[in-house]
Amino acid sequence: MTSHSPGSPHITIRGLTKAFAGVPLYDGFNLDFARGRITSIFGPNGCGKSTLINMIAGLMPMDGGQVLFDGKTLRETVIGYVFQNYRDALFPWKRAIDNIAYPLVRAGMDRAAIDARVDELVTSFDIGFDLKRYPYELSGGQQQLVSIMRALAPRPEVLFLDEPFSALDYEMTLSMRDKLQEVFHATGVTMILVSHDLEEAVYLADHVLMLTRRPTRIAEVIDFGAPRPRTSATLSEPGFVRAKAHALDVFQREVRRAP
Amino acid sequence: MHHRLDALLPLAGAILFVMLWWLLALSGVIDPVLMPAPQDAAVALWKGFADGTLTHDFWQTVWRTVLSFVIATAIGVPLGIALGSSSRVYAAVEFVIDFFRSTPASALFPMFLVIFGVGEKTKIAVAAFGAALVILFNVAYGVMNAKKTRQAAAHVMGAGRLRIMVDVTLWESLPQTFVGMRSGISLALVIVIVAEMFIGSTDGLGQRVINAQMVFDMPLMYAAIFAAGALGYGLNLLFLVIERRFVHWGGK
Ligand SMILES: Nc1ncnc2c1ncn2[C@@H]1O[C@H](COP(=O)(O)OP(=O)(O)O)[C@@H](O)[C@H]1O
Ligand SMILES: [Mg+2]
Repeated sequence: MTSHSPGSPHITIRGLTKAFAGVPLYDGFNLDFARGRITSIFGPNGCGKSTLINMIAGLMPMDGGQVLFDGKTLRETVIGYVFQNYRDALFPWKRAIDNIAYPLVRAGMDRAAIDARVDELVTSFDIGFDLKRYPYELSGGQQQLVSIMRALAPRPEVLFLDEPFSALDYEMTLSMRDKLQEVFHATGVTMILVSHDLEEAVYLADHVLMLTRRPTRIAEVIDFGAPRPRTSATLSEPGFVRAKAHALDVFQREVRRAP
Repeated sequence: MHHRLDALLPLAGAILFVMLWWLLALSGVIDPVLMPAPQDAAVALWKGFADGTLTHDFWQTVWRTVLSFVIATAIGVPLGIALGSSSRVYAAVEFVIDFFRSTPASALFPMFLVIFGVGEKTKIAVAAFGAALVILFNVAYGVMNAKKTRQAAAHVMGAGRLRIMVDVTLWESLPQTFVGMRSGISLALVIVIVAEMFIGSTDGLGQRVINAQMVFDMPLMYAAIFAAGALGYGLNLLFLVIERRFVHWGGK
């Protein structure tokens, strides 16, 4: 395998240290994220899932350690980030289409190139609503779809998603999961997905990163290799049921373990 | 049917008010010299604007208010942004600003008179000072309370500190800035009217009100009060309309 083949390490985290108010959250934490795979992060509430991806994405400072993308620093890497709260993440003073174009404007692309890229996204997402509307005129699912398109617009190497569907109703969540799978199929972008829903974490992932309570360590990385596209039928297949049951065991063991 | 009548309800209140006034004047309970009938005040209003005396006073007051407001905005907005973007600077000056904001601006007239002398400058300066503090406070508050998530989103998309300020934080502070500007111009009007009454003025609605009172021209006094009220109401409405156009996304 060459170093750029799918599954090879894409993000390498070495010696990551982070404490809040003197209480350690991460202490000498090491981890690799696989290229062109979906890795979901699952763990007890407050174990530091958001803090981890925020530090990787440069939204929160690390106390110590190093994060590299293919050996490059964050500054040299294009990333995308989808926030849980789309309402607070989109720019309500811009139309949906201008929200999507924003990272392209920031990247210094000219108008024609921006329009071409946005058209391409609109076509591939096959959306059924008017992007000339303002975000507050769209439904929650539509807003989160705009957020995802905005994050993907500059063709990021890595897409971070922090509980992207947890503010949506169940029906919308199901269709958004499939949309995300489509995106993954079409782009092959490395995805890091924080989820508080174990079913979702396993269903979407190639690897499920199970974290312990703080100070946070890796409890286990569970691989789930069911073929894509996965459908609702996947949810009742033995492989899925087994992986999910195992993840639940690991989770319960970690939650019960005395701190 | 029902709803069409509902739209007329505010008008009903106004008509009721004028009716009560009219009945009270008619009943003679209050000396007609002190409280003329509404139609007398309306005639005085009409005459005042027709012969240009009230028109002149009206525009003088508008001019002073707008000038004070423009100065206040030019000072308050940039200072508010600067204060709001540094929580430490803000913490250092919050008390002083809050103190002066809570001090009745009218109490500052003597001080400003000493500095600027008896004339236009003092009126404008006090009104601008009061309005600037209100605007500054609101802008700083808006900047400080900008959504961290939106700033984070811009950061991930490659925006630097200054970019985030221009592309996100300033927009985020806009609704609160408008609240500040609306309160600011209302306060400027109040201060200008008071200044016109008591600080050697020869024109302006405040001066007209107090002059009419001194010569016992009650219809004219009420007419001038009405003109001042209409001005305040109109300015507030104007700002609400502008606000709704520019901050259609506010609170969403
Ligand atoms: N800015 C902060 N200041 C202090 N403590 C924080 C801060 N951010 C997160 N924490 C703490 O760090 C821990 C991990 O938080 P977080 O990463 O949000 O957890 P998760 O996303 O796994 O639920 C929590 O105990 C939280 O209280
Ligand atoms: Mg979280």
